[in-house]
Amino acid sequence: MCGIVGLFLKNKALEPQLGAMVSTMLGTMCERGPDSAGFAIYRGGDHDASKITVQSSKPDAAFKGLADAVSKAIGGANVDIDIKSTHAVLTVPTASVDAARTAIRAHDASLRIMGVGEAIEIYKEVGYPTDVSKRFDLAHMSGTHAIGHTRMATESAVTTLGAHPFSTGPDQCLVHNGSLSNHNALRRELKRDGMTFETENDTEVAAAYLTWRMKQGLNLGEALHKSLDDLDGFFNFVVGTKTGFGVIRDPIACKPAVMAETDDYVAFGSEYRALAGLPGIDKARIWEPEPSTVYFWER
Amino acid sequence: MRTIDLATTPLRELNQELHRQNDGTNEPSWEVLNPRGAHAIAAGVDAPISVDVKGSVGYYCAGMNKKARVTVHGSAGPGVAENMMSGRVVIKGDASQYAGATGRGGLLLIEGNASSRCGISMKGIDIVVRGNIGHMSAFMAQSGHLVVLGDAGDALGDSIYEAKLFVRGSVKSLGADCIEKDMRPEHHKALAKLLDDAGITDVPTSAFKRYGSARKLYNFNIDNADAY
Repeated sequence: MCGIVGLFLKNKALEPQLGAMVSTMLGTMCERGPDSAGFAIYRGGDHDASKITVQSSKPDAAFKGLADAVSKAIGGANVDIDIKSTHAVLTVPTASVDAARTAIRAHDASLRIMGVGEAIEIYKEVGYPTDVSKRFDLAHMSGTHAIGHTRMATESAVTTLGAHPFSTGPDQCLVHNGSLSNHNALRRELKRDGMTFETENDTEVAAAYLTWRMKQGLNLGEALHKSLDDLDGFFNFVVGTKTGFGVIRDPIACKPAVMAETDDYVAFGSEYRALAGLPGIDKARIWEPEPSTVYFWER
Repeated sequence: MRTIDLATTPLRELNQELHRQNDGTNEPSWEVLNPRGAHAIAAGVDAPISVDVKGSVGYYCAGMNKKARVTVHGSAGPGVAENMMSGRVVIKGDASQYAGATGRGGLLLIEGNASSRCGISMKGIDIVVRGNIGHMSAFMAQSGHLVVLGDAGDALGDSIYEAKLFVRGSVKSLGADCIEKDMRPEHHKALAKLLDDAGITDVPTSAFKRYGSARKLYNFNIDNADAY
């Protein structure tokens, strides 16, 4: 099953309430995915600084001295760390991201990099979705746009790394409702081309596929179009970029999706329930996205 | 009139109350407030009552409906009036996928658009859609009527049996074994009655084309009967 919610703000005045709105939306989708939950939130976005979201199953040990170790490895530049439960967001100079990644991996074997970018932060954990959003205090986060997911696992184990969103590149993420049937074959092909994988999850393959296509020079919209040819199975994808928000459904489009747009926002929900609490929903334009059609909003 | 506010009353209580109604009920008129996309609102009603839902509903609203008149003053999620037996279900807004699926009787009127798989496997229900319908509608439709005042999406009537499809607008593509057929006098008559039942008076039956089964698929060929 799985549930997806997404909110892309057009009205700056709503930005302080983004987290509160998205956490309410995510809460309505618990029944669609009680196994795990996650969200990507876009906020800040300084050109010279990048945020690296890391996760550890042993956060106390793994995060201890992490900022200092990374700072040392990148030549003494200031590194901020913001710890939220099992996740921490490190802020490093954008030019030093690669060196920082290496230092993070060397610091503690339990550390996993969830996402990297100037604006994106990714949080995901096993557990009931409302508990997960409380754990990371989503309700009090501000931002420009966010994508959330509640997972009912079908294609791989219930683990933190199997939770959504998946990172597809700097400031990019993907969530998925559905199941892919050719993910094993595609994973083998992508591995041959140098892509690396952390899980047996089908959505991770879709994320890697988009990254691979974009490395070939396609933009996100083109990569999503190509996915219609190369991915077999059921999918509703919602994707985020630093300044954009996109939706695509497979040609059969049996996974549910509903969208709403007002002057203030564009919102996605697996069901109308997710949208029912949004301000001005009674006057919003509400529609079901068409199959095989890329929808994209950019600020 | 009984009014039930789903902001304060659990959905299960609403449906249990509706299920308690029968042919001789003294509560013929019901109003449901704050549906907010809840699932299975007024599913399984078996009484000649009217239920007005003031807002949009989620999955399976008015499923299995018998005798009741259910009106949704908003849009409906997937599977509205699924397996309806009789009565009348009206959606003032749009309906999501598989509206009226497997329905056996009654009238489902959708005043907006219906999404994919509208009337899939319909078995006697009449469905009238003011707007457009999505892809794979009337897939394996067995009997009943599907009337569309707007356009139809891809693969209309794929593997259709004996259901009759009337479309006023364009058909993006026909599914396997579905063909356009002549509008004979009996079809004009049947269509006129359906439009009349749906309260549609501004569209002549001559504006529609009829689609149905070419009866060429395996199951229509008598030579395959001795395979079993």
